[in-house]
Amino acid sequence: MSYFKSNPDLEASLKEWQEKISAMAERPGPFTTLSGVPVKQIYTPLDLRELDYDADLGLPGSYPYTRGVQENMYRGRYWTMRQFSGFGDAIDSNRRYRYLLEQGQTGLSVAFDLPTIMGYDSDHERSLGEVGRCGVAIDSLQDMEILFNQIPLDQVTTSMTINGPAAILWCMYLANAQNQGVGLHQVGGTIQNDILKEYIAQKSWIFPPEPSIRLITDIFAFAADHVPKWNTISISGYHIREAGSTAAQELAFTLADGFAYVEAGLAAGLNVDTFAPRLSFFFNAHIDFFEEICKYRAARRIWARHLKERYGAKDPRSLKLRFHTQTAGCSLTAQEPENNIVRTTIEALSAVLGGTQSLHTNSMDEVLALPTEKAVTIALRTQQIIAYESGVANTIDPLAGSFYVETLTDRMEQEAEAYFAKIEQLGGVLKAIDCGFFQQEIADAAYLYQQAVDKRERLVVGVNSFNSEEKPQLELLKIDPAVESRQVERLKKLREKRDNNAVCSALAGLKVCAATNENLIPKILAAVKCYATEGEIVSALKEVFGEYREKPLF
Amino acid sequence: MNRRKIRVLVAKPGLDGHDRGARVVARALRDAGMEVIYSGLHQTPEQVVETALQEDVEVVGLSILSGAHMTLVPKIKRLLVENSMNDVLLVVGGIIPEEDAAALIAGGFAGQVFTPGDSLEKICNYISSNFE
Repeated sequence: MSYFKSNPDLEASLKEWQEKISAMAERPGPFTTLSGVPVKQIYTPLDLRELDYDADLGLPGSYPYTRGVQENMYRGRYWTMRQFSGFGDAIDSNRRYRYLLEQGQTGLSVAFDLPTIMGYDSDHERSLGEVGRCGVAIDSLQDMEILFNQIPLDQVTTSMTINGPAAILWCMYLANAQNQGVGLHQVGGTIQNDILKEYIAQKSWIFPPEPSIRLITDIFAFAADHVPKWNTISISGYHIREAGSTAAQELAFTLADGFAYVEAGLAAGLNVDTFAPRLSFFFNAHIDFFEEICKYRAARRIWARHLKERYGAKDPRSLKLRFHTQTAGCSLTAQEPENNIVRTTIEALSAVLGGTQSLHTNSMDEVLALPTEKAVTIALRTQQIIAYESGVANTIDPLAGSFYVETLTDRMEQEAEAYFAKIEQLGGVLKAIDCGFFQQEIADAAYLYQQAVDKRERLVVGVNSFNSEEKPQLELLKIDPAVESRQVERLKKLREKRDNNAVCSALAGLKVCAATNENLIPKILAAVKCYATEGEIVSALKEVFGEYREKPLF
Repeated sequence: MNRRKIRVLVAKPGLDGHDRGARVVARALRDAGMEVIYSGLHQTPEQVVETALQEDVEVVGLSILSGAHMTLVPKIKRLLVENSMNDVLLVVGGIIPEEDAAALIAGGFAGQVFTPGDSLEKICNYISSNFE
């Protein structure tokens, strides 16, 4: 039922008020959200006449989950404070992880270097200069063992940002857990494993769409049977936003990808309620505070409605959109980098008020380099201050009922639905990728934004306004150039001492399996256990699957 | 003035997929009246130089956000020189620490290095001013 009926008195007085202020001078705009949605001077109950509390909001933990996926949300426990990190080799990163855990971080999140992300071993010619640069270099199970040395995998959950080769790195993690004596039913964590947004925005792909999706549904099926606590995919809007999209595009494209994965699971013969509860999401927290909060609230409602009504999910867990948030890297500035602490605080606050399940706060120096220990500690402290000092987590979804927030939440949902219709018209997500629809939409939005900044229609403090001549004096993290040679040497030794016959036969078995419809995960697990490297496994799969190529457009 | 348009190759060497900057800059250069070729992602130094040769460009703009710039930029410069493209103006954009940028310019590897916060106008002007 609606709580806000028509109200002639209010309508009359509002009209009078509007006439009064229309005669007053306004400061320069833009009076739009960061994404260009017009914002009125004021919102009132009249904007919410269509809002039906029970159908549109409900209570936390109940359909349509607009107010949160858990009944008690942060009254039960805070979000997981999970800083994404990784650099150098496994020894360097293991040291950083143990430091972060000692500082009170509550989950791990692994950043891999580009060769690992792209499926190349550290000694491949394409890895030259990239080893350990923007994440940790992992070539084999041996590196994974070092990475989690003295970190008990039955107590810590780990998120791994890995997509094209997700199945391989996941198998290394599982094999390592087994080596630690931890059963597969006990390990918890997340692999990003979202290949669609790679084609759309992040552009770290290996195989073409069809075999990539098959690997993903193989993971869904294997996890449902053996690794029940694992989040098998983190359907990501983060990179779509970083590539320049608007908030509504981030929301719509991410959920459209989510629906595509659901459809892939159904097409692979899985029951929606066996895999949908393990789907998770990953959103960006940009600088427009209210717009972001509304995006998260709309996301939960849309997901619940579609899963229930379109895909017939029965298990309430299938309807709950659980998500991780990271503050917006692209909102940070190289100029006066200390200001980034403030930006990150505002963004983190929006994620918390939007009901995130876990959060990464960017470090102030990430626009210049990988973060130093000092910078990453301030970023973690930011979350701790929000949680333990600010009081914002004391009541659930405190902005519900705000005339502005509910109006904008509805508008977000409508914009997303319009995009779903457009994508449908193009023949679905894969067809839309193929014709460059998402890529062009994002490129257009990115260009418009940059032009607005260049023309000073949109002000960025310290960049195009309020500049100071002072140069940043930050101490930056430097990656030891010897990391690459050290890692290459370790790999060479591994290739000498492992049982190479076992590796060859595991890889041969993998290729045979890849050409069938059989689940690939047991074969990949067998290959990593005999220390086949990531590059070797990827090469074997490339022989069967081929490689993806993008049509470059701008 | 009746000279031909400045031909620019915007290239993404290295393994990272961060093409927002490359594509925004490519569009700005095109809007500023230049002939722009965009290489697409994940190019090896050899591929970049091969495209520069084939397309007969006067400017190569490299976008690098992976941290591999000190390896990739000198290598591409060397390959350009080996292929008699000494005159090609090499500019770099990306997450490049100041001391690395200074070293790339001082070493004669790059004409200019642009970093976050530099405006599109500044980039376009720098390139055009080299052909006045």
